[in-house]
This record gives sequence, C-alpha cells and structure tokens, in this order.
Amino acid sequence: MRGNWLTTMGWRHAVGLLAVAFSLIPIVFVVSSALNPLGTLSSTSLLPVHGFTLDNVTELFGGTDFGQWYLNTLVIAGTASVASIFISALAAYAFSRFRFRGRRISLLSLLLIQMFPQFLAIVAIFLIFTQVGEYWPALGFNTWTGLILVYLGGAMGVNTWLMKGFFDTLPKELDESATMDGASHGQIFFRIILPLVTPIIAITGLLAFIGMMNEFIMASVFLTSSSDKTLAVGLTGMVAANNRDAQFGMFCVGTLLTAIPTVGVFMFLQRYIVHGLTGGAVKG
Amino acid sequence: MSTRPPLSGVSGQLVKILVLSVVAALAIWAATPLVHAGAWVGLGVVVAVTALVFYVYLSPRRLPAKYLLPGTLLLITFQILPVLLTITTSVTNYGDGHRGDKADAIAAIQAAAVKEVPGSPRYLLSAAWRGENATDGELVFLLTEPGSGEYLVGDAEGLEPLDPGGLTVDPEGRIVAAEGYTVMTPAEFNAHSERITGFAVPTEDGGIRSTGFDAYEGVSTRTYDESCDCITDSETGDVFVADNENGYFVTETGDRIRQGWQVNVGLDNFTRFFTDPDVRGPFTSIFLWNMMFAVCSVLFTFVLGLLCAMAMNHDRIRGKTLYRVLMVLPYAMPSFAMLLVWRDMFNADYGLLNQLLGLELDWFGETWTSRAAVLLVNTWLGYPYMFLICTGALQALPRDTLEAARIDGATGFQAFRKITLPLLLVALTPLLISSFAFNFNNFNAIQLTSGGHPFPDASPQTGDTDLLITYTFRLAFNGSGVDYGYAAAVSMFIFTIVAVISGISFARTRKQEEVYR
Repeated sequence: MRGNWLTTMGWRHAVGLLAVAFSLIPIVFVVSSALNPLGTLSSTSLLPVHGFTLDNVTELFGGTDFGQWYLNTLVIAGTASVASIFISALAAYAFSRFRFRGRRISLLSLLLIQMFPQFLAIVAIFLIFTQVGEYWPALGFNTWTGLILVYLGGAMGVNTWLMKGFFDTLPKELDESATMDGASHGQIFFRIILPLVTPIIAITGLLAFIGMMNEFIMASVFLTSSSDKTLAVGLTGMVAANNRDAQFGMFCVGTLLTAIPTVGVFMFLQRYIVHGLTGGAVKG
Repeated sequence: MSTRPPLSGVSGQLVKILVLSVVAALAIWAATPLVHAGAWVGLGVVVAVTALVFYVYLSPRRLPAKYLLPGTLLLITFQILPVLLTITTSVTNYGDGHRGDKADAIAAIQAAAVKEVPGSPRYLLSAAWRGENATDGELVFLLTEPGSGEYLVGDAEGLEPLDPGGLTVDPEGRIVAAEGYTVMTPAEFNAHSERITGFAVPTEDGGIRSTGFDAYEGVSTRTYDESCDCITDSETGDVFVADNENGYFVTETGDRIRQGWQVNVGLDNFTRFFTDPDVRGPFTSIFLWNMMFAVCSVLFTFVLGLLCAMAMNHDRIRGKTLYRVLMVLPYAMPSFAMLLVWRDMFNADYGLLNQLLGLELDWFGETWTSRAAVLLVNTWLGYPYMFLICTGALQALPRDTLEAARIDGATGFQAFRKITLPLLLVALTPLLISSFAFNFNNFNAIQLTSGGHPFPDASPQTGDTDLLITYTFRLAFNGSGVDYGYAAAVSMFIFTIVAVISGISFARTRKQEEVYR
C-alpha cells in the first residue's frame, strides 16, 4: 500500500467519524432525556445539562405496565421469530434440495404475496379473528397466540428466499455422501444442513425478532387492554398527543430498555450478521 | 441446533408420533366448539387439514410437502385468505352504515326511530364493552328490569337474558360488573355518551334506547312494508324506498337514511380513482412523491451505507470494530420509538435540531422541509442495514479481479466504478428491490413522524408527505366515516403498483436465474 496516510487512511476515518456522529446524535439525545430530572421534552437538550436522575425509571415501572409490556413483547416476538425461522428453514430446504412440480411458481408466488402489505388486509384480518375469537377465545383478540399466528402467516416470505440462497451455496455432494452412508432426508436436514447454516439462522432470526418487536399496527388492533400490550403499542400510547411533552423522559427510558436485548444480540452476533446478510445473496 | 438428536430410527419415529399426537389433540380441541355451534363447514375444514397433515407425514413419499406444509398452511390462513377477503370487500360498499345485510339494516332503522310512549318499560342501564378488560370495541347495554329483577344484555342484534351468577350488582340493582364484559365507569360513560345515545337494541315492536343512566323500550315510528319494499315514517309521513343497488332507503326527494346495508357495487370503488375529482387530483401528486420517497430512500441509504463500507473495508484501519458497532446502532434501536424521537427533534418550538442549528424552522410546516425531514429520518434508520450488506458483499468480491485491475494501472476510483460497483450491484439488486418495495409502503416512517403534514388549504385530506398507504389509511379509517370497501380497492391498487414495479425489476436482473436452475 503506497501513498500518504491522508489518502489511504485519513478519508476512511473522516467518513467513519461523520457517520458515527450521525448515528449517535439521536441516541445521545434519548439518553439525556432519559436521565433528565425534569422529564419533559421541552427541557431536554442534546447533553444532560440539568443533571442526572433515575426518577424516570421508577416512574416508568411504578406508573405504567411497562414490565408486563416487556414480558409480552419478549414472549410474542421470541416465540414468533423462533417458529418463523424454523418454518422458513424447512421451506428453504425443500426449495433448495428437491425438484418438484410447481416449485418455480411457488417461489415466485411467495415473492408476490409478500409484497401485499399485510396491514392493508387489516380489516379482513380483523373480521377473521372476530369469528375465530367466538369459537376459540384462546386465539382471539387480546391473546398472545392470536397475534403470533398472524405474524407466522408471513413466515414463509422473505426469509425463505434469503435462506434458500444460502442453502444453495452448500455443495450437493454433502447430501449425496450422507445418503450413501444411509442418512434419511430428515437426518441430512437436522444433522448436516442446519449446523452449517447457523450464520443465516442467526441473522434471519435477529431480523425477524427486530421486525416483530417494532410491529405496531397489527399489535395495536389486536391488543387493546393495557396489560396485554406490547412495547410498541404501550410506548407509542405514552407520547400520544396530549401527554407528548410531559412523559418524554419516561418514554426515552422505555426506548433504551427496549433496545437492550437487540443491541446485546447485535454485539454478540456481529460477525455472523455481516456474512449472514450477504452470504446467500452474493454467492448465489 | 447442532445438538439436536438424530431423527432416524427409533427416536425419529418417536418424534413423528409425538408431533402427530399433538396435531390430533389440537384438531379435537379445534373441532369441539365447531360441533357445538353446528358450524359444519368449519368442521369440514378442520377434518380436511388434519387428514392432509397425517397423509403427508405418514406417507413415505411427498418429501417436499413434508417441509413445505407448516408454512403453507399458515400462509394460506393468515396471508392469502385476508388478501382474498380484501379483494371481495373491494367490490362492496362495506363500511360505516353498510355493515350487515338488509334485515339487520331494517331492524336497526326501526330500533333507532323509537319514541317513548306512556307505559313503556324502563330499565336500569349499564353501558359496557364486550370482552374482559376492553376499552373499545363492541358496545352493549347491560339492563336490569326493576320490577322482575331480570338481567338482560342487548347488542345490535337484539336482547338476551344474562346469567345472574356472573354478575355484580349495586343495591339499586344496576349491574356494575359482568363476566365477559367490561362495564364502563361513569366517566367513560360520559366520554362515550354520543355513541351510547345513538345506540339502539332492536326488539319486536321497536327498540331499547338510553336516556341518561336509564333505558326505555319504545315503539318505533318507522315500519317496514315488504309489499312496497319501503319504510314508512308514521310521524312525518315520509316513505323511504329501498335502493337495492346501492344499499340504502331513500325518499323521492333524495333523503337517505344513514343506516344501509352491504351490497355489491361492482367496480365503483375502482372507478373512483378516475372519476371522482376529490380523489383523482391528489392521487397523482401523492403517487409521484411516493415514488420519489421510495427511490430516494433506497438511493440515500445505499450511497451512505456503501461509502461507510468502503471506508471501513481496509485491513489496517484502527478501531474498525468500534466504528462498526457505533454505526449500526440505529439499526438496533426500536424503530417505532426512534421515529417518534425524531418527530420531536424536528419540533418547531423546542426541537433539538432547531436548537443545534440555531434555526426557527417549522420543519413539518413547509412541503420541502417536511419532505427533507422524513427522508433524513429514513436515511438514518436505513443506512446501517445497507452498510452491513455492502460490507458483506465487499468482502465476498473476488480479490484477484481487483488485484488484476490495480496491476493494469487502474486508479482507485476507476477500479471502483468499473469493477467493484457493477459486481456489487449484481449481488445486491434483489435486496435493493426489496428495500424499494418496503419503503414504497413504509407506513410508520410517515405516520409516526410528519403524519402527512403539511396539509395544503386546497386539499385538507391529502398531506404533502403522504404516501399512498398513509393517505388511504386516513381516507378510509379516519375521515367522516369508515369506508372499508374503498380502502380495500386502494389496497389492491397499491399492491398492483408494487408488484408490477418489483416484478419488472426482478425480471431484468439475472440474479433470478437460480430460481430456474
């Protein structure tokens, strides 16, 4: 590598620093609002000039159902993302390894169906679940199971495509030699393929989890009673028009606490994420 | 996953037996209420699905089906079925005032026109929502007949007796809590008074309506006559004749009864785009901005993400991990919450951006500042994703090609433009198209920030930053009345646009080849 430091390295650091500043400004703002003793939006500035306090935290846990929302969100998003990844891994395996009638058309239809924004069908889903709730109250409105089922409806979509691309990169010889050794298709899938695709499983799982955690419209239709809400529904309600200013500090505490699991998993999976996201797409 | 036991031989069979037993148990659980209700079609579906599951997993063949069945069943039930229902709704006038069938409409019209006459029975009234812990939804009247002490529940369908076992009543006899319902507090009662006074429970001769905290059963002034298919108002003498094409009763002079019924209106909802001037004009301008928003979102996030990825794509750069982690932080933050935070950072009076920049801009008050603001927010949210995928793609590029280019004397920029970028675009086009499709309908990015603002005086329904999807949402769910039929038609339209654009772009990328392999 020739040339002076400025042209090879300097611009890299400049871009990096600017991008980091861009990324961090809103987050620093959230942190200082969360620690702001006044707890209002109007009194918050970028850096915490009013001092530090944990009042917003106690207020959040004491005055709202935040703990319950947190639990609901972890259970709903956790269950739904694990189940959804399992379902799409199964489907991706079938599309990648078997040749059957209707394969091409199924793959293309999956892509098309996925483009119908599910929330445009919200009226239809509402009507379906009104009926469902009458027969099976355990699946109706204000239940975890009903919402999870709705999320699973979309499980086969994008994730299957992403995973199929990745499965395609695994050499077929692997399957063939395993078959020679007497392995069944189930053994090949669970013992050979799945362990090899851990990166893509990790990344799609994380993407699904983030997506479901942030999902707001379906959840707001489904979960109306306060103790059943998810974080997205509960926190958004906290800064609704009339108490937008006053509860901003609490809201920011909630935002930071919501981010903890995702940021944690992100740090943990960093290496997988970069390979996982592009592996399937690039090598296809 | 790697610690999973082998699915062969004995243990594989055991897992299969276990899973199928669970399926059988679920089927029995699902069938029981259907049998009780006599819902034979539903029961047929449950039996058919269960039989299919057993067939696929017990047959030694049907290999692909074994892997595709779970996802497909869920997809059909919760994705395809709603889409089909949306299509059927789009050719009806389903919405406020047009919900039930004609008989429901007649019952509701008769019930709404009741007058209290001397000797009408009175009830103690508690207004309630159906369901436990509900704060909205279906309104019902919980009634106590003072004489007999009988308890009744009245909904839009009619009256039914209530089991006193599940009730809590105050000394006066009024119901204060009921199993399966959420009784409103006096404050909630007042907050919803408009809905409560407008509500009527149909009965044989008329209906039950509220008066203060009581309810009375009155005689209807409006009666339906089948011979002329009309409703006569005995007080005013008006005769409302049924318009069976549009689903309402109307007098000769054109007076309509608000309550109508659901009918098939054919393609009327679709032709409204082209014929209704209130819809046509704004539709075009929203569509153009919608395209611009989606294209710019992809472009800005991709350029910024690629720039950062290029900058970090060097073996010896210091603090690479730290840079990376900090850059992708926005991606890990809850997006719904950060959108709301950005909304408040753009606040004209005490927003952070005006504070930092020393400006006094009303960001969401002007067309172009508002558009710039939502694009900035969307870039912030989206560029870490692009950074991640570009980093991955850059690392996967064949190093020898780049090396060869450098030996041939290509400068850094030439190598980037002629080799790196084309290779990257080939690899990333599918993801860029998905990103376009996502942003085309990025409801949250607009609804939670600008909310469509600013709204020009000339067209108060269509904001300058509205996307088709937020516009539809407001028009259909937030306007003067809910119009699901029309909303469904616009949904179909949006779906068609996105599908066609994505379809064409996909067809043009040769990445699709793996599908045909």
